[in-house]
Amino acid sequence: MIWINFKRILHSGFVNFWRNGVVSISAVLVMIITLFIISGVLFTSALLDHTLISLQQKVDVNINMLTTAPEQDILKLKEDLEKLPEIENVEYVSRDTALENYRERHKDDEKILAALDELNENPLGAALNVRAKDPSYYENIQNFLNENQAVSGQGAIIENINFAQKKEAIEKLRKIIDAGKQFGLIITIVFVILSILITLNTIRLAIFISKEEIRLMTLVGAEQSYISGPFVVTGALYGIVSAILVLIMLYPITFWIGPRISPIFFDMNVFGYYLSNFGQMFLIIFFAGIFIGAISSFLAINRYLRK
Amino acid sequence: MLLAEECPTGGSVYFESTDIHKLKKGEINKLRRRIGTIFQDFRLLPYKTVFENIAFAMEAAGRTDEEIAGDVPYVLELVDLTHKAYNFPRELSGGEKQRVAIARAIVNRPDVIVADEPTGNLDPINTFDIVQIFKKINDLGTTVILTTHNKGVVEEIGRRVVTMEDGKIVRDDPGGKYVL
Repeated sequence: MIWINFKRILHSGFVNFWRNGVVSISAVLVMIITLFIISGVLFTSALLDHTLISLQQKVDVNINMLTTAPEQDILKLKEDLEKLPEIENVEYVSRDTALENYRERHKDDEKILAALDELNENPLGAALNVRAKDPSYYENIQNFLNENQAVSGQGAIIENINFAQKKEAIEKLRKIIDAGKQFGLIITIVFVILSILITLNTIRLAIFISKEEIRLMTLVGAEQSYISGPFVVTGALYGIVSAILVLIMLYPITFWIGPRISPIFFDMNVFGYYLSNFGQMFLIIFFAGIFIGAISSFLAINRYLRK
Repeated sequence: MLLAEECPTGGSVYFESTDIHKLKKGEINKLRRRIGTIFQDFRLLPYKTVFENIAFAMEAAGRTDEEIAGDVPYVLELVDLTHKAYNFPRELSGGEKQRVAIARAIVNRPDVIVADEPTGNLDPINTFDIVQIFKKINDLGTTVILTTHNKGVVEEIGRRVVTMEDGKIVRDDPGGKYVL
């Protein structure tokens, strides 16, 4: 009997969706807006993550070596640093490269170029550009270097580390990142709750129209689950249809928006993101649609089923 | 009140030996399936066909698909609506809607049928038809409680008449007539 009832509830839910076309269309339209908000939150979160990662990657710490520092000692220090789990990568800039870079940077300043030419030897030391996996790790790296012979003691090869100068910027960035993540989470929760409330009210209105119908069903002795079942199925169908439409519409929308906003967000293309994460997006939007539709219907109909 | 939809302000309502308003929710559903109800405003399910409206009452009572396929055409024939089985309520006249409501009320073979002003919205010809159906149902052995203000209906039926005034029974005649 349970199986027969289940089949009847499913059938009735589908039939209600089809026959009650106008109500279904309006509920689907509202749910489309809801699912667009959720998709927007997903895309914004991806853009924010990408931006933060890009910003993090732009921060590094330069270890400037003494001009007398032997290359093999510098490379040894590079190897030691690379062994640290906090390190993303270490770039070695040789004295010659440092000079080349310096000349390139000041190619329009003839005085500086002339001064360099006056000197017989390269005044610049080599450098190691260190990039950590997370800005919070720079403190540990600094401690590691302080304990290392390379900084102090007889074999010192380091002239200075510009961590101190960058420390403030790193701290600020870390705070922005943390705040951004927290703010993003709050915004996500608020938007999802708002969108559920909008859908709930629309479906409540749709079910309000069937108020008399529900009352009659109770009067002929139908069980509560048998009355609410088809409405929940219809609600889930609103979600499924809306999710499919949203997933279809996201294709041209991201295609159009992608190249336009890509320069603002460190070259991240939302169209490419949509295509490469389609499976994940499909699951989230599809199940969010079903969940919101079914739960909203369930909550709305329970109001009319109380004895 | 007999369907436990509303509670009495005083006293108790019994169906057989059961105090209806002391029943639990699940038990009320079972009781309601034993009472066929017909309303003045028909109260059909608008998005279900005639066949589905009647089948719904059977589904609610947990009947199988085979029983539904056998019984619904039978009651449709009884109320002379076989040809309208796949029409929606909006496509029916008032009299036809009421006949669907009657078919829905009798399809589970209830112990009693409560008809609340069933002819209130109908013209005299349809009223006559509906009264004939009720007489037929009663002849088949089902108790019918019919409330009406219509003198013609009371006279036509010619059975027991209980008269109520201000919520109290003022007259109970075994073979009564409409008395003011």
